[in-house]
Amino acid sequence: MLSLTIYISFIGALVVAMLPAKPSSMARILALMVAVAGLVVGVLGYIADFGKGLVVLTDKAWVPAMGIHYLLAADGISRTLVLLTGLAAVAGVLFSWNIELRTNEFFAFFLALIGGVYGVFLSYDLFLLFVFYEIAIVPKYFLIAIWGSTRREYAAMKLALYSFVGSAMVLIGLLAAYATSGSHSTSLIALHAANLPVSFQMWCFPLVFIGFGILAGMWPFHTWAPTGHVAAPTAASMLLAGVVMKLGAYGCLRVGIWLFPHGLDPWGWSFIGIGSWRDVFAVLAVIGIVYGALVALAQTDFKFVIGYSSVSHMGFVLLGLMTLNQVGITGAVMQMFSHGVIAGLLFAIVGRIVYERTHTRQLAELETMHLSRRIPFAAWAFVIAGMASMGLPGFSGFVAELQVLIGAWIAKPWWVVAAGLGIVVGVAYTWRAMQKAFFSDGKASAHELEKERAHPFAAITWPEVTGVAMLAGVSLAVGLYPRILLDQIEPAVKALLAGGVQ
Amino acid sequence: MSQIPILTLLTVLPLLGAAIALFAGKHARTVALITSVASLALALFVWSELPSNGSIGLTELAAWAPSLGIEYHLGVDGLGALMLVLSAIVTLMSVDAAHRVHHQQGLYFGLVMVLEAGLFGSFTALNFFHWFLFWELSLIPAFFLIKLWGGARRGPAATQFFVYTMAGSVALLVAFIAVFLSTHSMDFPHLTLLASTGELEEAVAAHLGSGFFGVPVMLWLAIGVLAGFAVKVPLVPFHTWLPEAYAEAPSPVTMLLTGAMSKMGVYGLLRIAVPLFGAQIATIRTPLLVLAVATVVMGAWAAAAQKDLKRVFAYSSVNHLGYCLLGIFALAVPTTGAAVSASQAAALNGVILQMFNHGVTAAALFWFVAMLQARTGGHRGIDDFGGLRKPAPVLAGLMGIALFSSLGLPGLNGFVGEFLIFRGTFSLAWIASTVSILGLLVTATVILTVIQKVFSGPVPERLASFPDMTHGERMAMAPVIGLMLLIGILPQLIVDSVNPTVVNLLAHWRF
Repeated sequence: MLSLTIYISFIGALVVAMLPAKPSSMARILALMVAVAGLVVGVLGYIADFGKGLVVLTDKAWVPAMGIHYLLAADGISRTLVLLTGLAAVAGVLFSWNIELRTNEFFAFFLALIGGVYGVFLSYDLFLLFVFYEIAIVPKYFLIAIWGSTRREYAAMKLALYSFVGSAMVLIGLLAAYATSGSHSTSLIALHAANLPVSFQMWCFPLVFIGFGILAGMWPFHTWAPTGHVAAPTAASMLLAGVVMKLGAYGCLRVGIWLFPHGLDPWGWSFIGIGSWRDVFAVLAVIGIVYGALVALAQTDFKFVIGYSSVSHMGFVLLGLMTLNQVGITGAVMQMFSHGVIAGLLFAIVGRIVYERTHTRQLAELETMHLSRRIPFAAWAFVIAGMASMGLPGFSGFVAELQVLIGAWIAKPWWVVAAGLGIVVGVAYTWRAMQKAFFSDGKASAHELEKERAHPFAAITWPEVTGVAMLAGVSLAVGLYPRILLDQIEPAVKALLAGGVQ
Repeated sequence: MSQIPILTLLTVLPLLGAAIALFAGKHARTVALITSVASLALALFVWSELPSNGSIGLTELAAWAPSLGIEYHLGVDGLGALMLVLSAIVTLMSVDAAHRVHHQQGLYFGLVMVLEAGLFGSFTALNFFHWFLFWELSLIPAFFLIKLWGGARRGPAATQFFVYTMAGSVALLVAFIAVFLSTHSMDFPHLTLLASTGELEEAVAAHLGSGFFGVPVMLWLAIGVLAGFAVKVPLVPFHTWLPEAYAEAPSPVTMLLTGAMSKMGVYGLLRIAVPLFGAQIATIRTPLLVLAVATVVMGAWAAAAQKDLKRVFAYSSVNHLGYCLLGIFALAVPTTGAAVSASQAAALNGVILQMFNHGVTAAALFWFVAMLQARTGGHRGIDDFGGLRKPAPVLAGLMGIALFSSLGLPGLNGFVGEFLIFRGTFSLAWIASTVSILGLLVTATVILTVIQKVFSGPVPERLASFPDMTHGERMAMAPVIGLMLLIGILPQLIVDSVNPTVVNLLAHWRF
């Protein structure tokens, strides 16, 4: 049933593209219906197979000569991420309600991107996975280049180039794996079973891992992320940070770690405590956590704060993966979900609710606007999103980061110390942004009040309220009752670890 | 006993109240009043339903996230129930006192109610996750109450308050992750049991090695946990956020901060730090005692140097909670024996009584400050007043009682707790208690100075028509003053219920 998500989105994209440009409301209502349909299917599939192992959805020969199958399958990790994609899609449409420029094209690209993302999360054939992965890059480029803001051409090009370099690395790795395995199938299961030689895994693993890691915002290959997030229109930032970065992390796990488990083995020698690719990537992850947080602390542009915070939060995902234990990887998958929801919410508030009214993202200018009084909804939504982002208990981020930290502690305690530092700085940058943007001190002068009254901000609309309520509600629900994700993810991670990953 | 999840109800009630208050506009205060009266009734019911043997009762247990050691485990003993009653009383007083909040009433009272839920949640939790959730939850409304309704320097004060408490929380969290890793449990009663048999220490050593920098891991963890609570109570030198926050917060919020929130720290010491890390606290008892004495003495001296009434009472709160810390650290002695046990029991009884009494008295004092401010257009300097006993005899009389309660006059509530603490600590740590008695003397001069400057002497021209307490204010304050007298004369009302808990707690603690 979950495979429907892919078809619904692509067909929806096609239909929306063929709609007349005016009236724009038709395109957005249809897009919302398509996104909701995808979410509903995702939720139903999530519940139907709750806690089950790998469920094969479709398996048809595609290019028999090369052993390529149209193989769609989902385990608990895929189901979780499909659910996330559905949420992000609906929220994205809601927060794009005010797009008037080429509305039909916008939503067509948007839905195509969503379809590609669903495809990646559900593919169990390497070739197919790669196809969907590439499909997702193209709409991303156009969404930023056409509807973006700050230096949009530069950002779109940078994003596309980084993505292509990453996929090229992945492609080389995949072809090599296919050739080396000698198996006549590109199915992930077959390749995993092929027991690739250790020496091969040793060079192929880092290639593939970095290839996917680029999209996951791995330091030092993260620089596309903040510029891309900032330049993108709100819905695209939400998708980029919320879902597309997860594509990279998902690839790191599903392809990198699962196909090349021995790539993580010790080299047999070590230099300053680093004795395996695992150590290398864990260190990069930790640097990403701390660096992202510190840079976020220094930003003057509100959207850049959120952009860099994504780098920091994705560092937790990569660190969780590198723990190679049950708790850590479960935490990493949960963090993917949690960050997807929270980053989406943050970008929605900053890019849509605030920016579309104030027309500035400079913290220094926002400071003079008394936003907590003038748009209290945005202020309190940001307080909730900020609390979730800081990892306060009661929100999804806490449970996720807690598990990553526990996993890291089991693996190597000093990683925890560094990551803990990242959390503290995380509290600081979120708090700083919140104070500056919404709760600055100082009373408005009579003249200012006069001006405010003359030019009131547009009222908060229902799509904004719905979107915020949905995302915040999900983060809260997961934080208060983590088993709705845990019981789905844990068996999948267990199976993954039992499959040879040590 | 009953099948009704009464403790869950107690936490949910203020959250419901908050939701309603948020949209009640001008009627928000009425909603908050009704909610806090209902909460108080429920808390008193909990108090009346306690098991008589001092163990934990009214428990609720359900699976939550088993793989992470998270359970929905609630329960209270005499200590927890007393704190519930105190929180409910202080919240009611604070809502009562907040009739001058005019802008964004819905939000204000909504936040106050969320804060009350945070207090209830953390005083009933028996699982770390649950407890931490509410511990942090209470921080957010407190921050915004200071930030949005505070005085001139509210911004920095709120931020400082938040940053300090958060830093303490992180230390606490890290320490608890380590405990969880070693034991796979976050359950307080279970961990207490492990600690009392020494298994906790073994498990931690087995999982995390012998130590860092020559200090055993267990001691590092104890320090981490202590740091979290030391900020909240506060313990010198972690107190610097407090005077700012108490002075800048609107007075009704200060009542909540000092009356109820500071008790979260002391409660945490008694429920978490001492049961789990008793042996470690015993090894660093001397430096801890030095800090506790410093808290007592320095708090008193600093109070003597202040000119702002709110700061006077803020520092005097530091001083009063210092006695609690003194009592807790003093009773951490590894030796056993009938005499030692009797002293420990006395000290612990004293600490718990002091928590309650300080909560009521300090909240009352800040309420009186609010009344003084309201009558003089915001003045609260110690030299801004004089001779108030003539134009406002009732105010002078009632505030005088509260001040004497704070001073620790026998016959009033403040005396009993401090007496028991000194009775207990004197044989356990005589130097520390002797030095601390100096704190009592200084406090006495501080309180007497306040009484003298505010109520005696000639009445300045501008205060000639100073209005006395209104009928409503008298009605609201009378029960509070009555409570001070009642506990002063009949301390057994509390001690009878708390003492079995004290015995029970001490039986499970290992130093």
